[in-house]
Amino acid sequence: MSRWLSKHALHIYGVLAFAYIFTPIAYVMVFSFNQPARSNLTWRGFTLENWTNPCGAPEVCSALGNSLKIGLASTLIATVLGTMVAFALARYRFRGRTPTNLLIFLPMATPEVVLAASLLTLFLNLRVPLGTATIVIAHVMFSISFVVVAVKARIASLDPRLEQAAQDLYANEFETFRRITLPLVAPGIAGAALLAFSLSFDDFIITNFVSGDVNTFPKFVYVSAQRGIPADAYVIGSAMFLLAMGLVLAAELFRWRRSRRL
Amino acid sequence: MTASRSDLRLTGLTKRFSGFTAVDGLDLTISQGEFFALLGPSGCGKTTTLRMIAGLEEPTGGSIHLGDLDVTEKKPYQRPVNTVFQNYALFPHLSVFENVAFGLRRRGVKDVKKQALEALDLVELGHLAQRRPAQLSGGQQQRIALARAVVNRPQVLLLDEPLGALDLKLRRQMQIELKRIQTEVGITFVHVTHDQEEAMTMADRVAVMNHGKIEQLGAPAELYEAPGTTFVANFLGQSNLVAVTRSGTDGQYTMVDVGGQKLRIRTDRCSSEGELLLGVRPEKIRLHSAADPVPSGLNQLTGGVVLDASYLGVSTQYLVRMPWGQNLTVFAQNLGIGERFSDGSAVQLAWEPDHSFGLAGDAGAGVESTLED
Amino acid sequence: MAALTPASVEPDELPRASGRQLRTVLLLLIPGLLWLGVFFVVPIFTLAGTSTQTPSGSGLPGEFVQTFHLANYWDAISAYRGHFARSFFYSILATLLCLAIGYPLAYLIAFRAGRLRNLLLVLVVAPFFTSFVLRTLAWRQILADDGWVVSALKWLHLIPSDLAVTASPIAVVAGITYNFLPFMVLPLYSSLERIDPRLIEAGGDLYGTSFTVLRKVTFPLSMPGVVAGTLLTFIPASGDYVNAALLGNTRTTMIGNVVESRFFRVVDYPTAAALSFILMAIILVLVILYVRRAGTEELV
Repeated sequence: MSRWLSKHALHIYGVLAFAYIFTPIAYVMVFSFNQPARSNLTWRGFTLENWTNPCGAPEVCSALGNSLKIGLASTLIATVLGTMVAFALARYRFRGRTPTNLLIFLPMATPEVVLAASLLTLFLNLRVPLGTATIVIAHVMFSISFVVVAVKARIASLDPRLEQAAQDLYANEFETFRRITLPLVAPGIAGAALLAFSLSFDDFIITNFVSGDVNTFPKFVYVSAQRGIPADAYVIGSAMFLLAMGLVLAAELFRWRRSRRL
Repeated sequence: MTASRSDLRLTGLTKRFSGFTAVDGLDLTISQGEFFALLGPSGCGKTTTLRMIAGLEEPTGGSIHLGDLDVTEKKPYQRPVNTVFQNYALFPHLSVFENVAFGLRRRGVKDVKKQALEALDLVELGHLAQRRPAQLSGGQQQRIALARAVVNRPQVLLLDEPLGALDLKLRRQMQIELKRIQTEVGITFVHVTHDQEEAMTMADRVAVMNHGKIEQLGAPAELYEAPGTTFVANFLGQSNLVAVTRSGTDGQYTMVDVGGQKLRIRTDRCSSEGELLLGVRPEKIRLHSAADPVPSGLNQLTGGVVLDASYLGVSTQYLVRMPWGQNLTVFAQNLGIGERFSDGSAVQLAWEPDHSFGLAGDAGAGVESTLED
Repeated sequence: MAALTPASVEPDELPRASGRQLRTVLLLLIPGLLWLGVFFVVPIFTLAGTSTQTPSGSGLPGEFVQTFHLANYWDAISAYRGHFARSFFYSILATLLCLAIGYPLAYLIAFRAGRLRNLLLVLVVAPFFTSFVLRTLAWRQILADDGWVVSALKWLHLIPSDLAVTASPIAVVAGITYNFLPFMVLPLYSSLERIDPRLIEAGGDLYGTSFTVLRKVTFPLSMPGVVAGTLLTFIPASGDYVNAALLGNTRTTMIGNVVESRFFRVVDYPTAAALSFILMAIILVLVILYVRRAGTEELV
């Protein structure tokens, strides 16, 4: 018995750790089926009502719409800008490489509240009206670094001989980039874009500082936490979770099946 | 020099990286339709030479001509030259067919499909056209890389250690295959390898490279039978090298002396001045018991003692200790006739004088390279 | 020669950009770096500027003038010393807990998961797919004093029966630990995954017990991951205020909460700016000391 235990200790630990990781998620999902009331902290009984009408509570869906809009815009900008920087850093040696790397690293090493406070002082000093635009600016700012790191890693793992082979096969620099480099780096760029979107969609701290009157989904949840969160927020949280997990698992399954066919 | 239509001509080709010279003033002409091998240990500059011909590396000096066309400054995609890369470098996101069609499409060729399928048939992999490279075995990937290059009918095809990643049996098979394809398409092949056997079986001519320079160039048999330097003597097969002193001439032979024993080397195979090393291949030597008479007219060394006899199946390898303290190697074919010698036997060595070669330099030179690969 | 053309290019082997390439580099870099310059670097300076302002004579809230009043810093530190101490105490505690929870998990995924590896990694980051605020609120429910978790722990005598968890420092630290665990596991995993399993086998050959191997071979080799993971956990944790606001009480407020309320409730921008600046400075010093001590220069 004790031998079995010591042999499987790590696996038992793994099960417990994942149980820990999933407990709050399970809570969110369970409470999305709770009978609606002013707050959603105690269990009152099962219902599907929240799922059939997720926009029931005022402002839930407009906040969600804002979050999606802001997420898409900032993902697009951050992915383009970050990918460009990643190519420069991964492909060329130039004076100023080290300071550039530092500038990319620093936003990731700065607490969000400091980023938020400093951006807010800038906007206040310049009397920039706070709103969707300032949120997008902020989200792009903290996403760029993550995009650069992710895409740079992908470019670095690319075999340089593939591009040489393309040039050897009569593809000029532009064709080589379009037909070989870009398609091969694309998964890295897509991953970076997903990361940027999830960072933006889930950001609360910085958004809270620079959003003015514009509501986003995390902000809506935080603000209503004081007076009671409608169950609709739990429905949206659960739906987003299921959607994202579904996508990831489908991609994983696809990859697994493809690798099995080899 | 008069070059035929599309000979590949390297003139004073040099490549310096910070700190060292990889290729040092290479002069070389490779005829159209020739199967040419660049052979040498790693770091000798053979791959750098190949990459300069492909346009993937910029020469520090010198020029590259294809016939009358100076391609030194041309981009890789502007040269009628294609490469089979060491690890094949197949495009992982494209099907086998699209890999092969890649060059045709870039050049705007009309019947892409027909030509690409023909090239796939040439390497006998037409049925795999729709697969992805990752779904193929190493040998199949190798053939696709070859088809992808050959399909463009380049004037020169460069092969960078193309068989290096294959196992021994497959490598043998591909050597024959490569030779067949080269004969079939008639393209100039420049093959880079560190495997002397591979170079010898396939190439019409072999250039042995060392430290960025060509040590010797010639047909495989020429290089083997009459190596010009100790490096070549030791890199291409095995050689016994004995320090000797000149003692005169006898007709077409140069007479030499080792420990009081007289030996002959053909003068046209003998370095003309300075320190002299007599070389002889281990399989050219016959062992005789010390007591037996040796037929006259042969080079003969007496006073040997067998140190070690290793049975290798087709042959037996003897290590013989000579009176002056040197160990010589002898390969004796296991014909089933003739005497087998055990450790400690007193023996004498004999071989045809024509199988000797005389090299300049001291016995230690180049020997360290023999252990490469 | 094969050794001269590696599959991935190291920075010092890259060609030095010149002429036309240099123009390409600049075109690629400028938009991104400009964005970071204008919205990250410049704001740090405006933050510094704001931190030494004093209220203007107008008496209107939000009107401040630059007087280079460095005493703001002194005032901020003396007023919120306790909050700083609490912030760092909570975040260091949470970082250590993350390391303790995350290391075996990363080890399990790296060496024992086999084909489930990718799936388990996805499960580790699964919390990211629910809203940060929602899952923090879920902990408020889970750790409620009358909830089943706390009751069960009390019944098992794992915690004292009179312990209050709701709105306590325990809940705040638990929340921070949970929310930043993936930031610890991912770098740990990526450095563990790079270790050649044969080294661990060799270690088993030399030292015998698996604990000694862990201490003498595996852990030292995974040091870059430990450094990266602790930094990625500690830095955001020290500036966090959502956990303290949702899971704590008025005596658990962290420096982030103060900055937030100085900005939005008190409208005292200079103090908020000074506090942010001090937080950044302390973190920078701590990080430099820590990285020196851990003996690795790899930050990312």
